[in-house]
Amino acid sequence: MSIELKKVSKRFVDNVVLDGVDFFVAERETVALLGPSGTGKSVLLKHIIGLIKPDSGEVWVDGQQVPLLGRKELARLRSRIGYVFQNGALFDSMDVFENIRLGITDEDQYADKEYCAQRVKECLRLVNLSEDVARKFPSELSGGMRKRVGISRAIAGKPTYLLYDEPTSGLDPVNADVIDSLVERLQQEIGVTSVVVTHDVRGAFKVADRIALLAQAKIRALGTAEQIIASKDPVVQQFLERDLEMAMVQAGRVVFETPARRRSGEFSVGGSG
Amino acid sequence: MRPFTAALDLRRYVGRWSLRTASHAGRLWFMLMDLVRGIVEWRIWLPRTLDQTMAVGYGSAFIVLLVAGFAGAVTSLQAGYQFTGQLPLYVAGGLISESMILELGPVLTGLILAGRIGARYAAELGSMRVTEQIDALESLGRSPVTHLLLPRILAGVIAIPVLVMMANAFGILVGYVTATSSLGLSYADFSFGSRYFFRPLDLYYSVIKSYAFALAVTIIPCYIGFNTQQGAEGVGRSTTQAVVAASVTVLLLDTILTKLILGTVK
Repeated sequence: MSIELKKVSKRFVDNVVLDGVDFFVAERETVALLGPSGTGKSVLLKHIIGLIKPDSGEVWVDGQQVPLLGRKELARLRSRIGYVFQNGALFDSMDVFENIRLGITDEDQYADKEYCAQRVKECLRLVNLSEDVARKFPSELSGGMRKRVGISRAIAGKPTYLLYDEPTSGLDPVNADVIDSLVERLQQEIGVTSVVVTHDVRGAFKVADRIALLAQAKIRALGTAEQIIASKDPVVQQFLERDLEMAMVQAGRVVFETPARRRSGEFSVGGSG
Repeated sequence: MRPFTAALDLRRYVGRWSLRTASHAGRLWFMLMDLVRGIVEWRIWLPRTLDQTMAVGYGSAFIVLLVAGFAGAVTSLQAGYQFTGQLPLYVAGGLISESMILELGPVLTGLILAGRIGARYAAELGSMRVTEQIDALESLGRSPVTHLLLPRILAGVIAIPVLVMMANAFGILVGYVTATSSLGLSYADFSFGSRYFFRPLDLYYSVIKSYAFALAVTIIPCYIGFNTQQGAEGVGRSTTQAVVAASVTVLLLDTILTKLILGTVK
């Protein structure tokens, strides 16, 4: 019930996205995959579900080598994996109910209308959405609601694995916290093996058992939050410092230089608020 | 530009073009194989095909009949202009019927639907591709071929031959009404001319063409839309490419099928 990538490499034309990446997630563990934008975090996630095939290396999920699976075996494996897309990727011609219903991967359950109605209601409750949302179309939902419906769809088939692609990107800090809490709660309630791709350090520390940092096409660090903070790797330190700085701004302990502050003479180098 | 550099650029261009063509041919082949394999999953594609058929058939009927009606009227007026005083008027009846059945009905319908259905399919699938909806479908263990492509292609294959036959009939009807009102052609003369020049093969030829055009105006836009890349600009590019490619294929198929079917008849 684990996920393992061994020496996975992937390039798009001249752009090397993954270069011999090794990555392991144990059963019922949550690993956050951190890294700056455009470093291939989503590409790595898509390797796990077989949407992208590696140029070289092995991708193992549930004891099966994903790139070598046939169509039917791959479909069967995917029915055990829930994938939360960055922008929700909801089917815009269907209402929320039908979107979530499509996540029910067992064909007999999918055909049972009563079961579907019950399961959709349950999934909406798990992500703190009311039943009224079920009849709305994706275009009528806010960004945060769309993400939550995306999560509902991903868990509707009762998956063993959950892969989150930037679940909090583009959300305000309050909604981002709501989603982080949701990821944490789902982990406790349904006990799945999860990979959370994010560039939000605080969120990653909150939800993950272990953290991996992907930068320059390689996993630069992999360990618990304490091990990551203690890392001497300058790339890791630079990434963590940026986020720490932002946390201090939010806490009102750092004041940034702005044109208005410069004009009023309020700003002084290294000043604090 | 020096001749050597120009020659090198030409070689590079031809090389890239060949690679791209081979890649498209390969992907199109795999898509066709997936379509054939997907036919067994009828529980998935059948309800979606019915929805698509209604959308394609009802949605296109007005424009197809409108164009067919104008084509019938213009053919009738031109026949009057050319034949009056030169040939017996019943020939106009044969000309109008044969023109509609052999050429105008199938080809005009094919070209209209290359624009209407082609643009619709390419834009829908292209948008779904760039917003990761197709990836989402695959991630749920569901096949985009049986959920998205097969229903659209089968809807076209069901609706387009029906639309072509409707266009043929309506074009002939409008042609007849125009001929009687402006040329003074009687129903008896029109009917005699139509029957005199008609051969059953003409109708088979029209039906065969309508199926060939149906496959062209559905498969090509589905393939192009399904392989869209690069966001909104990519969707726009795919839509244009789909309409142009489907229209050109309709004209090519028209020529090839005419040579194959009518060119061999004695």
